[in-house]
Amino acid sequence: MVKQFLKLEWKSFLRSSAFSSNLALKILMIFGAIYFIIVFIGLGIGSYFIMEDAGLEPFSTINKFIIYYLVFDLIIRFFFQKMPSLTIRPFLNQNIKKNSIVHYTLSKTIVSFFNFIHWFFFIPFTIVLISKGFTLEAIFWCLSILFFIYINNFLSILIDKKDAIFYIVVGIFAVFGALQYYAIFDITQYTNGFFEAFYHHSYLIVIPAALLISMYYVNFKFFKSNLYLDAGLSIKQDLATTENFTWLDQLGSLGTFLKNDIRLLKRNKRAKTTLMMSFLFLFYGLLFFTNSIEAYKNPVWKIFAGIFVSGGFLLNFGQFVPSWDSSYYPLMMTQNITYKDYLSSKWWLMVIATSITTLLASFYLFFGIESYLAILTGAIFNIGVNSHIVLLGGAYIKTPIDLTSNKNAFGDKKSFNIKTLLISLPKLALPMAIYAIGYYTLGWQYGYLFVALTGILGFAFKNKVFQMIESVYKKEKYATLEAYKQKK
Amino acid sequence: MIQVSNLSKTYNGTTVLNIENLEIPKGQSFGLVGNNGAGKTTFFSLLLDLIQPSSGKITTNTIQINTDESWKTFTNSFIDETFLIGYLTPEEYFYFIGELRGWNKADVDAFLKNYEDFFNGEILNNKKYLRDLSKGNAKKAGIVGALIGKPEVIILDEPFANLDPTTQIRLKKIIKSLAEDKNTTVLVSSHDLQHTVEVSDRIVVLEKGNVVKDLVPTTETLKELEEFFSA
Repeated sequence: MVKQFLKLEWKSFLRSSAFSSNLALKILMIFGAIYFIIVFIGLGIGSYFIMEDAGLEPFSTINKFIIYYLVFDLIIRFFFQKMPSLTIRPFLNQNIKKNSIVHYTLSKTIVSFFNFIHWFFFIPFTIVLISKGFTLEAIFWCLSILFFIYINNFLSILIDKKDAIFYIVVGIFAVFGALQYYAIFDITQYTNGFFEAFYHHSYLIVIPAALLISMYYVNFKFFKSNLYLDAGLSIKQDLATTENFTWLDQLGSLGTFLKNDIRLLKRNKRAKTTLMMSFLFLFYGLLFFTNSIEAYKNPVWKIFAGIFVSGGFLLNFGQFVPSWDSSYYPLMMTQNITYKDYLSSKWWLMVIATSITTLLASFYLFFGIESYLAILTGAIFNIGVNSHIVLLGGAYIKTPIDLTSNKNAFGDKKSFNIKTLLISLPKLALPMAIYAIGYYTLGWQYGYLFVALTGILGFAFKNKVFQMIESVYKKEKYATLEAYKQKK
Repeated sequence: MIQVSNLSKTYNGTTVLNIENLEIPKGQSFGLVGNNGAGKTTFFSLLLDLIQPSSGKITTNTIQINTDESWKTFTNSFIDETFLIGYLTPEEYFYFIGELRGWNKADVDAFLKNYEDFFNGEILNNKKYLRDLSKGNAKKAGIVGALIGKPEVIILDEPFANLDPTTQIRLKKIIKSLAEDKNTTVLVSSHDLQHTVEVSDRIVVLEKGNVVKDLVPTTETLKELEEFFSA
């Protein structure tokens, strides 16, 4: 039985759409994985010394933050870890015992990258600890923490699909984080001791071990009792309400499309994730304008930040036009729709979003007018130039998007090809270069002025550029239709 | 209305469709039958400019389909579930198509009144998105969507598949009444010989991409087709 399961796993791995694509991508993916592993190992080794340099006691500092580490891990899992429940449907009517199906499903999650990656942090860190004079009991500490990671794994399976529980947990810890930041209440004072105890009293490892075993047991029970198509394996259906957005009717054909785009953003998991990521981009500028990171002090980075802060939605959503409509692209291609209307509705959506973001970003005024000027300039450039670039790039991406799943939002490997890379490069490099020219010749005001002028210039040529983009979309039409047929 | 000349489609050296000459006059109710892989969907996809012909061309109303897009104004179709926008409710979907074809909400509402029977209470006001409808119900929504806007050409790929018996009978009625309207050309493909015979003025049989029969249905037609396919 186990052999059969393993065979299936191996095949599904080899034949997964990401892996069966071209060789360059495979290499890129392997490099990506190696990159993450190296980063984690680097952090595992380096963080001890970094903390020491910062005058902190490394071991107690890390124990302090483990609680947040675990919560963050849970958040990442909630959004990106694939839950195994759907892939087991074909086994139900086969001659396989339910227990084996459940054990197989649960053990499959154990080998997930989401668990495995933490080893690369905690094991090197423990080795450093021991080399720095900690006793071998540090191994027990390390194992205990890894047990907690696995407890997280099973916890995330239990709370999958239960958004309410997830947001409550995250909310509670956000409050704890804020309380700690403002030095009102420090939860880590308590958790710190808890996690450190696993080193001082190594026998305490039985606590996470027992927790882990009981979590597995709870999961097992839960899965087994829900192994029905109308229970655990059902696909959640949302209660639908018809929304007519009649106020958009006055915009004519533009309104017709905008209505659908709003519904798209409201009703699909993947699109909602994109909205949330766009919102987070809003705060990306804090890294730059607070001067907290040495490398970002160069003035050219300011415009980089301006592009990101004002263009979160444009960059995240825009890069996947027209893939958002991939699941019904044949309809769009046969209905009475012109490319011009279609593209300009997407363009307006990006313009509206960029304007709203720029307004929301006004809190950057707190860091001085120059910071906000960078964002305003970025917004002008985004509207004038980048909106065209993302639409153009979209014609070449051709990755079908599964709207109902958000597990691929973190950079779609398939969408990554040389053409899109070349097209997307100017989105950031061009304004930085233009700014640098102005900044180093005439002064910082001219840097902004030049970038803004480029944006206005792009805007002025909108019709011309749209004609060009339209012809690219037309040329790519059949290839795009073909590509969207390939299901993930 | 529709003129097909020297049309062929080839994938990697295999010809999947090859129609030398086919004319579908205005107002005809055209039935297309054939086994899996005979080229029915390929033909419809070519008619809708979803794939490019390897050679030849199709014109409709003298508009060449793969060079001029204006056929979209008078052609409506339902091929498969990729013609449904999953995150819309059926009502929103109908309004969307209506708006694209110059119908306002009231027009669409009045139109939908005629299909209450066909929907059997399972489509409208059901608090469900199209993606959550059963296959049969999704098909009902798609078929009715394809009738919106008084199109002159209606293309339905296997409309009878997945429908329950009652709905199949109702659909036959709908297609027959469309066929009576001499301004509407209806193209329907099916695996079900009897349904096709009942609703069509003309039946074309495709086999391995070629037109092997072109019949005007009579009382003998069903028998003839059955003999052909059992051979």
